[in-house]
Amino acid sequence: MSSYDLSSILIVLLPIVSFVTLSVFGKRIKPSISGVLGTMSLAITLVLALYVAYGYFFDFGMQAGAHVKHIALQFQWLKFNENLSIDLGIVLDPISVMMLVVITAVSTMVHLYSINYMHGEERFTMYYAYLSLFTFSMLGLVVAVNIFQMYIFWELVGVSSFLLIGYYYTKPSAIAAAKKAFIVTRFADLGFLIGILMLSYGAKTLDFFTLIERLTQPNSVYLASFAGSSFLGLSALSWALLLVFTGGAGKSAMFPLHIWLPDAMEGPTPVSALIHAATMVVAGVFLVGRLFPIFAISAPDALHIVGYIGGFTALFAAIIACTQTDIKRVLAYSTISQIAFMMFALGVSGWGEESEGFTASMFHLFTHAFFKALLFLGAGAVIHAVHSNEMEDMGGLRKALPITHITFLLACLAIAGVPPFAGFFSKEAILSAAFHGNSLIFYVGLFTSCLTAFYMFRLYFRIFWYNPVKEDHHNHEGHTWPMNIALIILAFGAVFAGLIPFGHFVSADGKPIELPFHLTFSIAPVLLGIAGILLAYVMYGEKNEMPDKLTASISGLYRAAYRKFYIDEVYLFVTKKVLFNLVGRPAAWFDRNVVDGMINGYASITTMSSESIKPMQSGRLQSYTMFFLGGVLLVAALLVIKFM
Amino acid sequence: MEQVPLTHVLILSSTLFFLGIYGFFSRRNLITMLMSIELILNSININFVAFNKYLYPHQLEGVFFTLFIITVAAAEVSLSIAIIINLFRRFNTIDIEDTNTLKF
Repeated sequence: MSSYDLSSILIVLLPIVSFVTLSVFGKRIKPSISGVLGTMSLAITLVLALYVAYGYFFDFGMQAGAHVKHIALQFQWLKFNENLSIDLGIVLDPISVMMLVVITAVSTMVHLYSINYMHGEERFTMYYAYLSLFTFSMLGLVVAVNIFQMYIFWELVGVSSFLLIGYYYTKPSAIAAAKKAFIVTRFADLGFLIGILMLSYGAKTLDFFTLIERLTQPNSVYLASFAGSSFLGLSALSWALLLVFTGGAGKSAMFPLHIWLPDAMEGPTPVSALIHAATMVVAGVFLVGRLFPIFAISAPDALHIVGYIGGFTALFAAIIACTQTDIKRVLAYSTISQIAFMMFALGVSGWGEESEGFTASMFHLFTHAFFKALLFLGAGAVIHAVHSNEMEDMGGLRKALPITHITFLLACLAIAGVPPFAGFFSKEAILSAAFHGNSLIFYVGLFTSCLTAFYMFRLYFRIFWYNPVKEDHHNHEGHTWPMNIALIILAFGAVFAGLIPFGHFVSADGKPIELPFHLTFSIAPVLLGIAGILLAYVMYGEKNEMPDKLTASISGLYRAAYRKFYIDEVYLFVTKKVLFNLVGRPAAWFDRNVVDGMINGYASITTMSSESIKPMQSGRLQSYTMFFLGGVLLVAALLVIKFM
Repeated sequence: MEQVPLTHVLILSSTLFFLGIYGFFSRRNLITMLMSIELILNSININFVAFNKYLYPHQLEGVFFTLFIITVAAAEVSLSIAIIINLFRRFNTIDIEDTNTLKF
């Protein structure tokens, strides 16, 4: 076992050790120590992850001109029969190594940031324990060797997300949001599970790489029988992949399963940064990326559906983001929109020569993690200073929060796709892939990236400009140095992450590719982005009448977008009016009358018979003796008859 | 001297036995009922002695049994009296009709 293998095992183990330590000895550890302990263990994990990434990309990962997978650890956990078993293990390949770096980096920053942000909370140690649990689950998810291992960690990630959204468990809205997130993603995971079962039935294996091999080889018998049977115009394989994608869409908040993510902002802000922006919500993208060869080679129709859903969600969420007034909700919809960018980048990608969409998607995942985590942490710093989520209470904060202001601006520039910040390169790659893949999605993406620039700078101007600078705002950042450090480090990521030649490291088939970069091509997106920024400046740079006039002139559309296009209401209608009336009430009636009736029937029969024999126990001694004597006489008479 | 036949003794003991039974059922006073029980026990004692005498004259088991029964009866009476005294303290009566609360 090489030192790289050992490090990769430690990467996964350290967070769970930290979780167990913090949760078992939580009461005895001082909050200040537990925060440092959690942060230290994550910092070690980050160093190890960087070491493994260095080793993989520059030392042992490259063989015969392509990055190949490397199994660092694998053992059989549960064996069903000769062919089918659930293995646990750690696989290193370009995307899992990239995810290891992203997760540990963002998680370390969030741990560091939370020392300040969560200071004085009652369950501070448990908060760190949950964060560690989440990090462990997410790391286990990305290094999964087996689709079932991924499913196990997938659910663990869901649980830790539930725990952290509902962290402020005395707040009814937080409880409702945690429940909503749990139920919606669980509903989607049902599809994932059915998809796993179909795939494993078709390919007779649960192992990722055997699965991919069996379902992509042109002359494979598994592929022939699986793709041969069809239902409603799609092959069984496409259906299986779409069901797997349903699970991914639930976690990654694709339309129409996106409704939980905005509500999940009830959790603490660093949690939103870690789970609901940078890592967990991209699990769906990662899942599609993991199964990408099957999607691209054997079921391109399923991949097209992924692309269209991604394209629609990107636009849809961006429009809603333009109207929200809660800054965390704006960021939540922006996250949905950006993840949808990654999804449609996968959707428009092909195999072989045309697989730049895959690389672009992973690239965007990588850069997005940094600038979106930075945006959330910046928003957290603002909320920390203002004690409110609403834009109304902000404005003119640029003097009060100088570090937050600068880092937030850098992140906004990155997400808006302004060169040379990180988001520019990845978004350019995505748009270029869409341009070559599907022109409809390309135009939707182009328009959405303009909207992205607009709503991000609307947010920026509303927080830091808009109102005149308030004099009474003293400097809030003097005593929050862990938060400031986290913001500054992430700002470096947001600025420079795009300069990495990503295609050299991550590609669909492991062979390094050159991401295309044409100056002429990027003129239109950049100009549109700058137009969006200017529009936002004109409308929100200073307090004026224009936003109100504009919303009044398109009041119908504005109202619909403000109410999130009534998707929540539709869900409520479907569940409360339709499902409850057609399924819930009959089931309740059956339960009350038939099931309960049977039980009550047994009980009343027992009661009745007991009532009828109760008077025999009269409490009168002589009647008892009478019975006794009668019995004795009866026995005597029987004996006499027997022996006479 | 001609012996009294066994039948006579048995008739005596049966009479005593049923007198006891009758007394047990017809009386309402607990003390009287206790006395009836003693009658029943005594009738059985007579049976034991009689059978011992007429069937196995050279053995004494029946007589021993009688002694045991008398001992046990004495113990039983002391217990019963204790219960009756407690009943009296509780209900201010020893009428069996009024002490029927021990039921469902």
